[in-house]
Amino acid sequence: MLEIKNLHASVEDKEILKGIDLKVNAGEVHAIMGPNGSGKSTLASVIAGKEEFEVSEGSILLEGEDLEDLAPEERAHKGIFLSFQYPVEIPGVTVTNFMKTAINESRKARGLEEMPANEMLKKIREKSELLEIDRKFLSRSLNEGFSGGEKKRNEIFQMAMMEPKLAILDETDSGLDIDALRIVANGVNKLRNKDNAVVVITHYQRLLEYIVPDYVHVLYNGKIVKSGTKELALELEEKGYDWIKQEATV
Amino acid sequence: MDLKEKLISSFLAFEDTVDLDNPVHEVRSAAIKNFEEKGFPSKKEEAWKYTSLNSLQKIDFSIFPKQETALEYKDIKKYFLHEIDTYKIVFVDGVYSSYLSETTHDGVDVCLMSSAFSKPMFQPVIDVYFNKVASKDESLTTLNTAFSREGAYIYIPKNKMPKKPIQILHLATGNEAALMLQPRNLIVAEDNAEVQIIERHQSLTENEVFTNSVTEIFAGKDAIVDYYKVQNDALTASLVDNTYISQKDHSVVRVHTFSFGGKLIRNNLNFYQNGERIDSTLKGVTILGDKQHVDHHTLVNHAQPNCESHQDYKGIFGDSSTGVFNGKIIVDKIAQKTDAFQQNNNILLSDKATINSKPQLEIFADDVKCSHGCTIGQLDDEALFYLRSRGIPKKEATALLMYAFANNVLQSVRIPELKARINKIIANKLGVRVGFDL
Repeated sequence: MLEIKNLHASVEDKEILKGIDLKVNAGEVHAIMGPNGSGKSTLASVIAGKEEFEVSEGSILLEGEDLEDLAPEERAHKGIFLSFQYPVEIPGVTVTNFMKTAINESRKARGLEEMPANEMLKKIREKSELLEIDRKFLSRSLNEGFSGGEKKRNEIFQMAMMEPKLAILDETDSGLDIDALRIVANGVNKLRNKDNAVVVITHYQRLLEYIVPDYVHVLYNGKIVKSGTKELALELEEKGYDWIKQEATV
Repeated sequence: MDLKEKLISSFLAFEDTVDLDNPVHEVRSAAIKNFEEKGFPSKKEEAWKYTSLNSLQKIDFSIFPKQETALEYKDIKKYFLHEIDTYKIVFVDGVYSSYLSETTHDGVDVCLMSSAFSKPMFQPVIDVYFNKVASKDESLTTLNTAFSREGAYIYIPKNKMPKKPIQILHLATGNEAALMLQPRNLIVAEDNAEVQIIERHQSLTENEVFTNSVTEIFAGKDAIVDYYKVQNDALTASLVDNTYISQKDHSVVRVHTFSFGGKLIRNNLNFYQNGERIDSTLKGVTILGDKQHVDHHTLVNHAQPNCESHQDYKGIFGDSSTGVFNGKIIVDKIAQKTDAFQQNNNILLSDKATINSKPQLEIFADDVKCSHGCTIGQLDDEALFYLRSRGIPKKEATALLMYAFANNVLQSVRIPELKARINKIIANKLGVRVGFDL
């Protein structure tokens, strides 16, 4: 599904990712953990195609196709979805209209007709129920005045609507109370299948109790310094990141 | 001969066409004297620092159109808000077109200034209101007053409301190489009356047009006036719009100005609050490209206690376009508990675009709430990335962000069909189709 090889990326001549290798197969969940400033969010943004980052070396392949020259929207059309840590407020554009535009633009790019209105409504209803989102919420302006939890739930709702091949959840757990966390995790789990993959970026182990990863990677100083199974997340929770830092320095 | 001289000498010819015994003519004579003294405003004046009329003055404008040009409705239909039924007051090259218009005297008067000036039945209204709020000092206003003869006359008596909105359309056919127009509108909504008006100036060719318009609006006690200005004219059309509004107690007047086109537009929008508990709203969306220039000069004079004003102007400037926002708020000493709000937000899309934004607050009362804010920035890259990461292409994403930016202003448009039309104009201007009506 996703193959990252020796990825180096910088912003304004400052190198943030210093050679990342990562392979994610269909059906898998990978967690990327690490201390603040280790490059987790940068990795997510670079995969999604944010233009302010410059990839100086290495490659990102999605199903064997190099993403290098693709704009963010083209990556979305290929099936990449990024759940933002800080979703942006768009006043005057309702959640429903935003989703209609997003879905139809992707369909257009794939050479498909626009989704019929009734089908769209059915899908919106179905997916909003999955995320326990009130119907009234859908006619509000996108993210405007949403609480932190509502924004994150709305991100996962968008993921459910877009049905990506690869979903990257960037700190989706931050700012969520336990109930919202359960709803979000439950939504993600229901969307999982053998043909898609999820990369969960998080600072804490808490979310991983609900979205159980197949692999856990520790990112430190722009590199993956340790990989393991879900037990690694527990170890990190218990011991913190200092021992990782020491190991990496040694 | 420069334009000023031409105008002054034309005044003699103009006098042959109007009734010199009418008391209105004394007003005109005084006005031409003022213009003769002052001439066109120059960039040396603070209020005209960023807007130059020099190049316009070099053009040989015809002051009176030579002939009437017949237009077919189907050819100009698109300039009307034709989706709903409205009264229409239409001028072609400054001449009233009865063929294209739909006026009324059924309980309210929706007709012409030329009638109002000449027919005795309108005399009492003219006596009380004509040239009473318009400046007798500002040169372009007095120039218009001197030549005031034609325009829209709307009189809504106490407790009345016209059955439908009113559209005022000024068309220029280009049958002159260059034409100057000076429409004069008078709008009176007596106590507890209500009216909705849409005004548009439209040039139909690439020939130069220079419009110097004056509109006086009077809102009686508890009256509600909604005035929408749609400025989406040709790149050879220039407009100076002088609007003066006088409000009495508890009245609400909202003016929305949509500036999307034209060569040079100067909006002088002046609110005078002459009562308590008045609400004045001034909103604008400006989207420019090319070398277009739009200058919004607003004035709100809070002269009595307990009144409000709300100003919200959004500007998006591309290419080498230039914008000006100068918002003046005066709070007189007795105008305690005034609540005045002013906001001007701008986005520059290109390195060559310019905006000059200046709040100007003169507050003489000590118990007031006045806030103002002004921002100038670029489109938010993070927001753009967010939309694009959802599969929305850059151009469409940019358009969505612009909609979002202008949305506050559009929200208070009370005619849904007009709102839809404005959205359509914006979408056309941005060259996108976003797949839904915002």
